[in-house]
This record gives sequence, structure tokens and C-alpha cells, in this order.
Amino acid sequence: MYDAPLRKTDVEANEIKISAKDVQVFYGDNHAIKDVSVELQDKTVTAFIGPSGCGKSTFLRCLNRMNDTIDVCRVEGLIALDGEDIYDKRVDPVQLRAKVGMVFQKPNPFPKSIYDNVAYGPRIHGLAKNKAELDDIVEKALRRGAIWNEVKDRLHAPGTGLSGGQQQRLCIARAVATEPEVLLMDEPCSALDPIATAQVEELIDELRTNYSVVIVTHSMQQAARVSQKTAFFHLGNLVEYGETSQIFTNPVDSRTESYITGRIG
Amino acid sequence: MPVLWLFLIVLALAAIGFIAGRMRVTSAGGKRPHSLPNYYGWNVAMKVMVPAYLALVVWLLAQPFLVNSQVVGMLGDRAVPEGSTIGLVMSDVRRVADGLDATVAQGLMTSEEANSIRTEFTDVRDRLGEAGVALGSNVSSEVLSAAQTYRTLNATGNFWMSTVVILLAVGGLAWGITQSHGSFRARNSVETGVRIILLSAAMLAILTTIGIVLSLVGNTWHFFQIYPASKFFGSFTWSPSFGGGSELGIWPLLWGTLYISIIALIVAVPIGLFAAVYLSEYAGPRMRAWAKPLLEVLAGIPTIVYGLFALLTVGPLLLSVFGRDGLGWMQAGTAVMTAGLVMGIMLIPFVSSLSDDIINSVPQSLRDGSYGLGATQSETIKQVILPAALPGIVGAVLLAASRAIGETMIVVFGAGAAARLSLNPFDAMTTVTAKIVSQLTGDADFASPEALVAFALGMTLFIITLGLNVFALYIVRKYREQYE
Repeated sequence: MYDAPLRKTDVEANEIKISAKDVQVFYGDNHAIKDVSVELQDKTVTAFIGPSGCGKSTFLRCLNRMNDTIDVCRVEGLIALDGEDIYDKRVDPVQLRAKVGMVFQKPNPFPKSIYDNVAYGPRIHGLAKNKAELDDIVEKALRRGAIWNEVKDRLHAPGTGLSGGQQQRLCIARAVATEPEVLLMDEPCSALDPIATAQVEELIDELRTNYSVVIVTHSMQQAARVSQKTAFFHLGNLVEYGETSQIFTNPVDSRTESYITGRIG
Repeated sequence: MPVLWLFLIVLALAAIGFIAGRMRVTSAGGKRPHSLPNYYGWNVAMKVMVPAYLALVVWLLAQPFLVNSQVVGMLGDRAVPEGSTIGLVMSDVRRVADGLDATVAQGLMTSEEANSIRTEFTDVRDRLGEAGVALGSNVSSEVLSAAQTYRTLNATGNFWMSTVVILLAVGGLAWGITQSHGSFRARNSVETGVRIILLSAAMLAILTTIGIVLSLVGNTWHFFQIYPASKFFGSFTWSPSFGGGSELGIWPLLWGTLYISIIALIVAVPIGLFAAVYLSEYAGPRMRAWAKPLLEVLAGIPTIVYGLFALLTVGPLLLSVFGRDGLGWMQAGTAVMTAGLVMGIMLIPFVSSLSDDIINSVPQSLRDGSYGLGATQSETIKQVILPAALPGIVGAVLLAASRAIGETMIVVFGAGAAARLSLNPFDAMTTVTAKIVSQLTGDADFASPEALVAFALGMTLFIITLGLNVFALYIVRKYREQYE
């Protein structure tokens, strides 16, 4: 079950980027997340695994306050980014989302050109002073998204005209272009074929050198391949959190073991 | 036999057929029938009703034409007095025939008598007067005999119509019942029947449209035969006079139409669009639940009420600001501005409701993507949602435009009746539709260019709105797939 990660790293050395304490999430009367406490490290890929409906995506969306856009959703507890409470009244969720970027399950390029898709974030946040700087940011983001070579000759073609895998890498490049500190990925490969998945996974591993990456996935092989830390969610509870190698080879909790060996989920 | 009775008889036969068809299958026993019993019933009922009613409708449409042409042929030219037309004589004939019918129905005359009386021996006008049918003048012998023929022809026609319809119904009944046995696929037969009924409904709608267009084209053609097209499209004056020598240039009317429509759109598009954005993006579910229906109530107000609003409220209001007491630009309450403003209000729910649906159909994933990059709500709307929804919104605006161009009542009340070419929005002007109304109301002589011009105007308007609608559909189709 456990595949060796692409590159071994000394995770322990990294400091805490996001820490959550006793987080509760309610959808109306439904208690979706119960008492979740977790500390996510910088420059690390953390995978959230668990059966469908276990709350891993919900928890992920709490980390950049995307749940604010849902009226019935209520979050309690403390989530801190670099030691600052992100649910504090003084925090602007819009600024927060610029620091904590997000990539979604389905590729969602805007109906604009490839260039404008990537330039969208930098333009809103005023990251470029002139056209040349913007061009530079776009190129760098597309290179980091590992898609530059495929699109450099058609930057002004619509982003929706790309293939699914290219679209998803474009969305990653778009998220990277705003220079986030944390990148949240909600099942980024579930709509992709195996080749595109491999490209995106490789990309995630490269992104780790600059960002803290949190990825929700249904594929345990994927979690094992790309992550250094793994958190297992079950029925709204965080059951187990630890080194990926330890979770997959020697889980402490019996529920984790059952899920990994395919008995629940 | 009255048509209502015929209708009911066929209906009764169908009901009998339904029950009989059902019973024949359910009582047969043995192998399980192919379809549910009701299908056998419907199969019979459909075979009774569809051909019979179809024949009834066709006959009712065709008989008046045939009878009329027969009677006209019989009358010939000599029956038409100086200064009259065959149409007037025919209406006399019909009136006398109806009078004879009424007299017979009241028992004041036997039907043999009605067929045999002669003007030489009977004062027909007097006799009909007894039955309460007043005639304008004495009945000439030609008209009386024509009326008698008219009656006989109609009576024979009605007799044969009843016979044919009932025979068809009975035939259908027999056919359907003999079919009703277990191995017959009644379900499939009913399916075919349903398809034919639906198809004929669609065909009827299309044929009516074609009929309307053809009648427009015919009359327009007639108009251009007596009035040169070059003057219609080339003249900048509109001054019809029924005495002759009128100038019928379309430009003042077209200009009025476009000017009022443009003002209406300038009012309606921003307000409607902003309302739609608010309702779909900002408003909470509770706000949306009552604001949207309330806005759509605006769309349910009859345009004549808007017209009254223009005449009684908006006109005087504008006059008090821009009129003689104010800025002095406006002479009277009726002006392009008045009509344009009120028409704009009328169009707001159109634009907002259509745009709201379109904005809602932009996938949530695009909004999430934009919020996820740290964009605010208005940035997301401006840069992602509106561009994605633009084709649909353009379509909505063009539909609203064609509605504005076709609007009549608001113009009649709000803009006045003066056809003029002017740039001042506080002048009274008029539109194509309002002029169509004024050319055709009253004692219009349908052979004069002054009346026939209405059809040419209607045709022009039809072509403009058709063009707009086609263009709107083209835009919507072309860009619709973009974000799917």
C-alpha cells in the first residue's frame, strides 16, 4: 500500500504554518466537524484522507474562509495562520484568501485567455507595476505550473480550450501567481486521467519547496506518493494525524487501519 | 344540426368507444393483453374523435368560402349597384338570409315559405321586421333569391357535414373496437396518436404565423402598387390626408420608434442589470424570496396602465421641471422622454428577470475560483461573472429592445401623435405602432393608401423585430458554450 515518496525530506525541521484548535463546523443543525485540532507545517505536503462526507473538504475550506460564502455554515474554535487567528474580526477574508490560495476539484478556468486567467490575481492585488512585470509574473507562474511549454505560443487563446489536465495545471498556475503562502487543493486530480494526474502530482512535489500544500484526496496511493504528513478524517472527527509513512505502515487507530486496508469508506 | 350537438355526439361516441374497447379486452380473458386496458379504451376514443373533429374543423372553415363564391357567381355584376361593391351586396345577402332564419325560427314563416317568397308578392322588409330583423332598405329580387340560395346551400352543407362527421365517428368506433383484442399493441398506437395530436398543435401555431405574415405581405404588396416604395422609404414627411395627396414617409415614425426605444433601454438596462446582479449575487435567500416576485409583478401590469401612469403622473412631473415654469424645453406632457421613461420602467423586470436567470446559470465553480484567489464580490462580478454571462445578457437586452419597438399603448398616451423628426427628447413624437392604430381605426377605406400604409408599416416593424430576435438568438447561441 505504501509507496515511497518521491523525495525524502526532513519534515521535522519545518515550523508550524497553520494551527487549528477545537474547530467545530455546523451546516445549519448538522455538526460537520467535531473538535478538530491539527498543526500543519510549512513547506510540507499534508494530505487529508477519509471516506466521502467525512468533513475533510469542509475543514479545508475553513482554512481560507471559503465557507463564509455559504450562509448556513458556522465555524467555531481557533484557526491561526502564522499565529494569527484568521476568524478574528479584523482579518479581511479577501486578503486571507490571497495568502491561502485554493485549487478546486474540477478545473475552473475563467472564460478568458490563458494569459488573463493567470494575470487575474496579480491584477486584483496590484502585484505588477507595469505590463513587463505582469508578463514576467505570468510566465513564472505558468512555468511553476509546468504548463509554460505547452501554452507559450497561445497565451491569448481561451483557457477553456485546453484539455482537462492542462486546465487544472492552468488553475494551479493561476493560484500560484498571487504568491500565496499556503496552497489548498481539494481533490485536484479527481477529474483528470492518469497521465495528467502524474503531471499534477509531480508539480505538487515541486511546489513544496516554496509553499505549504494541503491536499484532499480520495486516492490513498496519491496521498502516499505526494504527502509527508497525513490526516485521517472519519465522520467529522480527526482520527489520526502523523507522518505519512507511519500512517500507512503502522497506524495507531484501528479505524485508520480499516480505511487504509479498504474495510471502511 | 347545430355544431354543439355534433360535438357532443362525437364526444359521447368516444366515451362509449372508450368503455367498449376497455371491456372487450378485460372480458376476453386468456393470455394477458399486450397493453393496460385503458390504452385500448384510449385507442378507440382517439379513433372516434380525431378524424371526426378534424373533418368538422376543416368543414367549418371551408364551407363559408365555398358558399360565398357560389352565391357571388350567381349574383353576377348586374346585381351590384353603382357606387357599391360586391362585398356590400354580399353582406346584404347574408343579412337577409339570417333574417329569414330568424323568422322561421320564431314560427312566423314556414321554411317552404322562406324558400319560395318573391319580392313581387311579399314585402320582405315588413315580414322580417315582424321577427325583429331591421333592414336598411327594401330587398331587391336578386338579393332575396341570392339569400334563398345561400340558405339552401348552407342547409345542405350542414346536413352533409353532420352526416360525414357522424359517419367518421361511427367508422372510427367500429374500427377501434374490432382492433381491441389482446394481441393488438394499443399502447404503441396511443403513443402514435399522442404524437400526431402534439404535432398538429405545433403545426397550427406555425401555420398561423405563416398566415399572418402572408396577409401582411399581400396587403403590403397591394400598398406599394398604389403608392411608390421610393416615396415610402425616401420621404421625411408623414402627413396622411384621406382626401388624397398625402405624404407617407416612414422616417419620422421610425425615428420616433428608435428614439423612444433607446431612451427606454437607457433606463431599463442599467437598472435591470444592477437589480439582477443584486438579486443573484448579494441578496440573501429571504430578500430574494420576496424581492424577485415583487419585481416580476411589474411585468404583469398591463401596458395600458403604464400608459395612464405616463399620462397622469410622469408627463405632468416632467412638465413641471422642464416645462414653461421650469427650464422651458417642454411644451406639453406628452413627449419622447415621458414615453421613454415609462417604457423603461416597463422593461426593467424583463431585463432583470432574464439576466438574473443567466447570472445564476454561471457555474458556482467560477465564483469559487475567483474568491479563492482573493477577489472581492464586486471584482468577481465585474471580471468573471458578467463576462461569462455577457452573451445571455445581450440576448436579454435585444429581446427587451424588440419589446420596446413593438410597444403601443404607452406611446399613444405618453408621446403624443405628432410625427416629426427632431432631436429634442422633450418634443412630442410618435411611433410606427401608434400610427398603425390611428390609420386603421375609424372609417378606414381599405382600398386607400392611407389605410394600406398600416400594413407596410407593420411589415417594416415585423422585419426589424425579427432581425433583432434572430440576432439575439445568434449571439446567445454563439457564446453559450463558452463556460460549459
